[in-house]
Amino acid sequence: MVARREIVTPGDLLAEGDLRPGDNVLREGDRIYALRVGLVDLDGNRVSVVPLKGCYFPKPGDLVIGRIVEAGLTGWEVDILAPYPALLPMSETYAKGHASKTDLSAIFSTGDLVMAKVMAFDRTRDPLLTAKGPGLGKVFGNRVVRISPMKIPRLIGRKGSMITMLKRETGCRITVGQNGVILVSGSDERAERVVVEAIYKIEREAHTQGLTDEIKEMLRKELGR
Amino acid sequence: MIAMSATPQIPPISQIEGKTIIDLIASGKRLDGRGLLDHRGFDIKAGIIEKANGSAHVSLGKTKVLVGVKVEIGEPFSDVPDQGVLTVNAELVPMAYPLFEPGPPDENSIELARVVDRGIRESKMVDLKKLCIIPNEKVFVVFVDIYVLDHDGNLIDASAAAAAAALLSARINKFEVKDGEVSLLPETMPLPISNIPVTMTFAKIGGPIVLDPSLEEEQVMSSRLTVTIDKEGRLCALQKGGMGYMTVEDVKECVRLAMEKAPRIRGLILEAVGYGKD
Amino acid sequence: MPQLSPEDLFRNGIRVDGRRWNELRPIRMEVGVLDKADGSAYVEHGKNKILVAVYGPREAHPKHIALPDRATIKCRYHMAPFSVEERKSPAPSRREIEISKVIREALEPAILSEYYPRTSIDIFIEVLQSDGGSRCAGINGASLALADAGIPMRDLVAACAVGKIAGHLALDLSDVEDKLGEADMPVAYMPTYNSVTLLQMDGVFTHDEFAAGLELAVENCKKIYQMQKEALRRQYLEIGSEGIEANR
Repeated sequence: MVARREIVTPGDLLAEGDLRPGDNVLREGDRIYALRVGLVDLDGNRVSVVPLKGCYFPKPGDLVIGRIVEAGLTGWEVDILAPYPALLPMSETYAKGHASKTDLSAIFSTGDLVMAKVMAFDRTRDPLLTAKGPGLGKVFGNRVVRISPMKIPRLIGRKGSMITMLKRETGCRITVGQNGVILVSGSDERAERVVVEAIYKIEREAHTQGLTDEIKEMLRKELGR
Repeated sequence: MIAMSATPQIPPISQIEGKTIIDLIASGKRLDGRGLLDHRGFDIKAGIIEKANGSAHVSLGKTKVLVGVKVEIGEPFSDVPDQGVLTVNAELVPMAYPLFEPGPPDENSIELARVVDRGIRESKMVDLKKLCIIPNEKVFVVFVDIYVLDHDGNLIDASAAAAAAALLSARINKFEVKDGEVSLLPETMPLPISNIPVTMTFAKIGGPIVLDPSLEEEQVMSSRLTVTIDKEGRLCALQKGGMGYMTVEDVKECVRLAMEKAPRIRGLILEAVGYGKD
Repeated sequence: MPQLSPEDLFRNGIRVDGRRWNELRPIRMEVGVLDKADGSAYVEHGKNKILVAVYGPREAHPKHIALPDRATIKCRYHMAPFSVEERKSPAPSRREIEISKVIREALEPAILSEYYPRTSIDIFIEVLQSDGGSRCAGINGASLALADAGIPMRDLVAACAVGKIAGHLALDLSDVEDKLGEADMPVAYMPTYNSVTLLQMDGVFTHDEFAAGLELAVENCKKIYQMQKEALRRQYLEIGSEGIEANR
């Protein structure tokens, strides 16, 4: 059995015998192999690999920040940085009226950023989004940051510890999409810049220990608070 | 898509048909009743196209390939000024299969030509040194053109056999050189042949290996291995194809089987071009 | 450059570059070298310099090449015009087209393309300098770049070539050895499956030479595989538990 937290690469033998296959692993007979570069994780008797890099793969329920690509007939095509274009139907917004009789580009136009929830996604069709819900719809921010979606959980932190600390220390508004897109707005340009630097640092060092404290130190030093 | 190789479209075979083939093969049988290591009927006819220097038509089961050999006088390559030139080209003619499209050669026809070329070149089937007329200036240039007419699987073996038969039965004009001038004489002679390569293609379908896959078998196989053996029993070309993998044992088995079966195929080719059994 | 004869390739057990019959040329591998690509790698293998970029999985273009139940793998092996002694035209040659196909077919078995239906995974292999064995070095780099992009693979694919020079079996032929030698056999291998994903050969081998050559190639593919793992791991120096707990 490979040690927990060891970095594994595709084809590495992780376990033999009774363990169950989790995420990013392949079972061949009674052996479990890694499918991606990442850290081994053992949850009960379930062995998984937490990948260090990868594309955003939509899951129903995910909150994502997407860019309006164009208005179509019944809704908008949205780029959510996934391998599939997403669709936001007009019926899934609070706009009133019929899609055929409405100028959709007046509601959302090309280039707008929207916060949406993935309603449906399966192997046969592209992701379907909804903008009905608290905080959903067109979003604004001064800085847009894109990081690997694999690092978003680290940015949020255990029970939100990292993101709460970032907001508190900098006074900035930070909106996080599961697809790796982050919006930052602050009262001053300096605070925003520091937040952006912190986000990239978290992305680079997501796999290291003591990161939350290190980031807090960095913020305090940069902002002199 | 000439610039990039891309996963081919799904072959038009249904799940049921595919499963039938795989299950049959797992139990040692094939759709057309052959044994796993049997060829389909190999029918070779040489000398069909009188205007070509050499030609041969091969039917391998329902696969049909026509090869024409044309020989011209041209210039040698600068790095081998005392050798003739041999070039192999293949065309997957649109009439041969609904999914073949007209246009410049795609990766499949290029691979087919290059694999057949390798067998001929590495075995030194045509002795290129004997095709030199005036060193540095004039040599015989041999064009081998493979024309696939009907695709029912295993185009490589059919094409290679047709190319061998066409080259074996080709005739070129005798020549004489006077004061640096070449003149062709009316008498003809065969090409200088010093070896006869035989190409055999195996497909891995599930666990077992089968010889001479039909089109449907190619559509369900995981991978194929083409093995070319010369008349001394030496290996002169190998080409793995397909998107699957083969174990090292599978590879060794294919090579072993090819060595065992090559002489019989060579015999068929020689018979078709009218040689006695040497 | 003095003109070599085939016998010069192997005198007293030493090859032109000083190697013995069963030695690999020096290999250097680096992962994550390009910024815009989803995955990338740089491989130096003897004098070969190969750069590989992977984009994907991403929307398939053009749409008609998309497959309903799996990703389409696209692969381009291309030699830079300045990569060889005599400038090579940038247009793809028949050799590059064949090599693009066999490399794609060498990597397809390793990629779990069913994870990303209707998308495209694009592999770009640029040979910046070529000195024999570039398709093997390209496959080694492509495996790294694919893994770097986070694409699920059942195993890494490692490749090397075995040949025959001056009548002797020799590992990892350089360009001059390939040109003057009697045989060259590139092999790509997935160690976890003891399986071959690329196998080509041109030249002349007896049955015994082939068997010994295949064994030598497989043995060295396993060595290259370890180097690939090392290169992937080297990117990430420290490991922390915080990184895992936070994902729950």
